[in-house]
Amino acid sequence: MIPLLLGITIICFFVMHLAPGSPTDLQTEMNPKASAEMKERLRTLYELDKPIHVQYWSWLKKISHGDLGTSFSTDHRPVAAKIMERLPITILINLLSLLIIVAVAVPIGVLSAVHKDSLFDKVTAVLVFIGFAVPTFWLALLLMIFFGIHLGWLPISGLRSMNYEYLGASDRLIDLAKHLILPVFVSAFGGLAGLSRYMRANMLEVIQQDYIMTARAKGLSERDVIYKHALRNALLPAITILGLSIPGLIGGSVIFETIFAIPGMGQLFYMSVMARDYPTIMGILLIGAILTLAGNLIADVSYALADPRIRIS
Amino acid sequence: MNSWETLYKNKLMLTGSGIVLLIFIISVLAPWLAPYDPGQIDLKNVLASPSMKHLFGTDPLGRDVLSRMIWGARISLLVGFVATGIAIIIGAILGAVSGYYGGWIDSVIMRFVDIMLCFPTFFLILAVIAFLEPSIWNIMIIIGLTGWMGVTRLVRADFISLRERDFVHAAKAIGAGDLRIIFLHILPNSMASILVAATLGIAGAILTESALSFLGIGVQPPTPSWGNILTAGKDNIDIAWWLSLYPGVAILITVVGYNLLGEGIRDLLDPRLKK
Repeated sequence: MIPLLLGITIICFFVMHLAPGSPTDLQTEMNPKASAEMKERLRTLYELDKPIHVQYWSWLKKISHGDLGTSFSTDHRPVAAKIMERLPITILINLLSLLIIVAVAVPIGVLSAVHKDSLFDKVTAVLVFIGFAVPTFWLALLLMIFFGIHLGWLPISGLRSMNYEYLGASDRLIDLAKHLILPVFVSAFGGLAGLSRYMRANMLEVIQQDYIMTARAKGLSERDVIYKHALRNALLPAITILGLSIPGLIGGSVIFETIFAIPGMGQLFYMSVMARDYPTIMGILLIGAILTLAGNLIADVSYALADPRIRIS
Repeated sequence: MNSWETLYKNKLMLTGSGIVLLIFIISVLAPWLAPYDPGQIDLKNVLASPSMKHLFGTDPLGRDVLSRMIWGARISLLVGFVATGIAIIIGAILGAVSGYYGGWIDSVIMRFVDIMLCFPTFFLILAVIAFLEPSIWNIMIIIGLTGWMGVTRLVRADFISLRERDFVHAAKAIGAGDLRIIFLHILPNSMASILVAATLGIAGAILTESALSFLGIGVQPPTPSWGNILTAGKDNIDIAWWLSLYPGVAILITVVGYNLLGEGIRDLLDPRLKK
């Protein structure tokens, strides 16, 4: 875990600092009064004049104290505070979409495996194939046009309506939910195709196992065979797949948060990248990596919990 | 697999190759196929809805969307092929070395693969692209540099299962060097996995390029790309649906084509993977 995190931060840090262009450029370019001397002072202030490994070491030392540094942007706020106020909404959307992915993809995969070659199986196969090929940002655009503009049912940007302040508690919740429907759906969409296809393949494999034949031979109903014996075994590997899908989800949040103007971590990342705000970028990359690793760890642990064979050995 | 299924599968693969070929022809013949110059600005005809004159309408500068899409096909294919080429070369070399030698070399390379895999790659691409000047060459390189992990794993697995085979021992016995054995004796056996990974990789690279261009850090205007036409679609989302619809359909069809072809090749070349 820790070496993995170190590796990730080293790669990011070096790539970022070796790339041409400096954050001081943006702050001084627009300002005709900025002299070369002032540029130099800014560089010293941000410690950009030191060798890169020294910079990395001092960044690492700060991190070990839980200090992510101060943003280069004009507000000069601590990076940790900037990220923390945006993290909850990003996590909320990602968790909701994980939930939807599981709730929708597992039944689809199981049903299409159990009724292999049925109409349902064929239709979902086509949908899954299209699902793999749809650019999510395009899907977001189409949904915005259809539900937001054409039908006018759903808001297309932000998290709150203009009149949010005047709404009662329950109306506020409804308002938030309405704003979340499209982003959550879009972010879940990519994972749906992958997991349902994976579930189908797993289920097909499990159904051919000897213990399923045993279950059938001892006279269990087809329902019990499928939902008690087969499903549990087919679900196991899916846990790992879910863990692996987390980087994609987090990466995707840059796209849909930018499209839907949601004030989350993805949008902050996009803005910081545009402003070359090193500390904020490094902070978000670090948090993203930690979230990913935590997701994988949870996946591993729940795999062990769910599978007695691993628990015992 | 019965004959019906074979035919059905082949039909899908034929469809895939058809699409791939069609997009290829369109991009080669772009100068002759496009009804207008893709950069021709017509301020009297801004955001015109689709008509007989402009089949897919015009963009905010009055440029013909169909023509821009036809030229955009070139960009998508170029990015797809070059980025995937880079990824395949890196992946094949690392996978081959890792699988052939094993030991600590293998551990180091596989750790590196783990790091790259558990990382939100899109974050990394975004960060790097924004720091380098966004240009078509830079996005090809960076998409390639972040897309080799799958190939490495495939090739490594092939090498591990092949390195103890008789033909490898025979090659060693007659004194062939490691490089010769890796590239001339074992790697050709890995071509099936590489070809499949490449075809599917092109689809992925085209998707990533369109997303980057959509966010404004990929292919830069005035060069037309499917992604940056969609950016104009987003900016004019309430008045010009055609800007949002058609380029997306083009991306969708192209990616479906490459995916179909890739899976078809896999079924044909590798009987083990047949389900």
